[in-house]
Amino acid sequence: MELAVLILQGIIVAPIPLVFAAIGELVVERSGVLNLGLEGMMILGAIAGFSVALDSGSLVAGIAAAALAGAIAAGIFGILTQVLLSNQVATGLALTIFGLGLAALWGQGYSGESTAPLAKIHIFLLSDIPIAGPLLFAHDPLVYLAFALVAGVAWFLSKTRAGLILRAVGENHDAAHAIGYNVVAVRMAALLFGGACAGVGGAYLSTVQTPFWVENMTAGRGWIALAIVVFASWRPGRVLVGAYLFGGVTVAQLHAQGFGIDIDAQYLSMLPYLVTILVLVLISHNKARVSLNAPACLAKPFFAPS
Amino acid sequence: MIRLEPRNEVSKGLLYVTPVIAIGVTILAGVVMFAVLGKDPIRAISIIFLEPLTDSFAISEMIVKATPLILIAIGLSFGFRAGVWNIGAEGQFTVGALSGGAVALALYEVEGFWVLPLMCLAGALGGMAWAAIPAFLRTRFNANEILVSLMLTYVAVLLLSVLVYGPLKDPEGLNFPESRMFHPAATLPILIEETRAHVGFLVALAVAAVAWVVLGRHIFGYQVKVMGQSPRAAGFGGFVEKRVVWMCLMISGGLAGLAGLFEAAGPVGQLVPALPVGYGFTAIIVTFLGRLNPIGILLAGFVMALTYIGGETAQIEMNLPSAVTGVFQGMFLFSLLGFDVLARYRIRMFRTARTAPLAVQTAVGE
Repeated sequence: MELAVLILQGIIVAPIPLVFAAIGELVVERSGVLNLGLEGMMILGAIAGFSVALDSGSLVAGIAAAALAGAIAAGIFGILTQVLLSNQVATGLALTIFGLGLAALWGQGYSGESTAPLAKIHIFLLSDIPIAGPLLFAHDPLVYLAFALVAGVAWFLSKTRAGLILRAVGENHDAAHAIGYNVVAVRMAALLFGGACAGVGGAYLSTVQTPFWVENMTAGRGWIALAIVVFASWRPGRVLVGAYLFGGVTVAQLHAQGFGIDIDAQYLSMLPYLVTILVLVLISHNKARVSLNAPACLAKPFFAPS
Repeated sequence: MIRLEPRNEVSKGLLYVTPVIAIGVTILAGVVMFAVLGKDPIRAISIIFLEPLTDSFAISEMIVKATPLILIAIGLSFGFRAGVWNIGAEGQFTVGALSGGAVALALYEVEGFWVLPLMCLAGALGGMAWAAIPAFLRTRFNANEILVSLMLTYVAVLLLSVLVYGPLKDPEGLNFPESRMFHPAATLPILIEETRAHVGFLVALAVAAVAWVVLGRHIFGYQVKVMGQSPRAAGFGGFVEKRVVWMCLMISGGLAGLAGLFEAAGPVGQLVPALPVGYGFTAIIVTFLGRLNPIGILLAGFVMALTYIGGETAQIEMNLPSAVTGVFQGMFLFSLLGFDVLARYRIRMFRTARTAPLAVQTAVGE
């Protein structure tokens, strides 16, 4: 029983980095920008969060630094793609290569160190309920923040004026410009938000989940988060479904190894990537539905006509 | 007030000047970075960018590194022109090395002039098979080839690791996860005595020449260009999009697989889990730096190889981490993409106040 609770707790926590990264990217893509640099921003967040948390002794400072690092990286991407009108696919790849390199350089002195884990919030009485208590009411604050963020983004996009403007920019940037909205400013704001989210997702990985730093520790999670956005067909609520599907496979794979199932560990480690491909195929095969859900101006350059 | 104004035609001259500007800016950014790190910036830059050029062994090592970069980048350039984004060349490289290497191990101690060509064929086919997965999934199920090819890279690296731990492990080794060294008959001939530069470089040169002809003179090169610039026009022209997607992925997968086999049968000489070192990703930068043009890619391959060799020297002489190379490569691509705006747009300065009366502005649709 206790083991089952422990495994379920693991399943609840494992996809949190993916939730942060994917919900940020969802906002970016709804504004019509495709930022393939998610992996780079996550790894920069991971090392920024880890190094600041370790040096200052404050995890909160670490998380804030991670958000800042992710936002700065996204800002570089924004200046290149929105102001200098560079190709978004190529610039996103550059951001990933740059991020992985810079993070490795930055983290050189931090291998082998470890941070104290984030204190769990124990909600009075509720967390003492058997089974449901530890599963629902005894996590660290970032878990709750991730869920709040998804709800907040859903509310923002569907219920607020600013959210409507952001979607308008993503659906038809020429029309939005003609009405008088500043397309570039809206997209920059979305990018900075997305970068900060990816940074926090990376920091969750390096300071809470594993609490140590390893080069390349995001191991493709940024790319999986991109697939989750497609999986979610650009709807915030479905990001949770996607993240838990992938996170669940990762945890199941780890436990299968732990139980000594007689398959080489590498084959099990392939599972999350193979499942990503499988899901992508299932989601994409209906071309009409994808194009109905995808923001119409996704990855198209915007040049303000004078 | 500064405004961008689109040029009617992309400036050909500036297209060749911007890579040079980008190199200059990257070096300047590097100076700042080293100063921040507390290393002597001038010395670091000269070790990375100049010293390798004065040493003949370093130049031969540049050929070793440039060979896979050029081969992969030329393959990618077809797809990037047509808007087919194969980002998983690293995986195709790995599977190419694996399948070609498996042939070498199966034919261990078989002496025959045909062993090496057979390995090359197996390597190229392995890379093509791995690239066929994103090609099939995109053309049949509309799945994004960027994500599929990238996910398959992680799978390929795990596959290599599981196979060298198992069936391909050296039977006479000390249980290390590596294959035995390839037989001399299964190793690439050396180009320059006493170095590791191998005949794969000549193949890369030949591939560049063929690609140049195909892009400029063959109908397929024309189809690729049209599809990249206007997919709708390509449809009206009657080109089958699926065919172009397949061709682009087969070319890039095959060349990446061949590059992987060259790496295994050349400088490494065996199959090890650490065989894929990121050439597949760096080649993406080489492709852009070379302007998607085979001759440009040749030059760009050498520039990138220089940062590898220089980075290694700096690691030894100045105790800099090897990650410096990645940072340089990323900054490089950033500044290249940023300065490209100059080739496509004109920068115009305006006085702040507009002089024309409002009515006139409305009339001309301002």
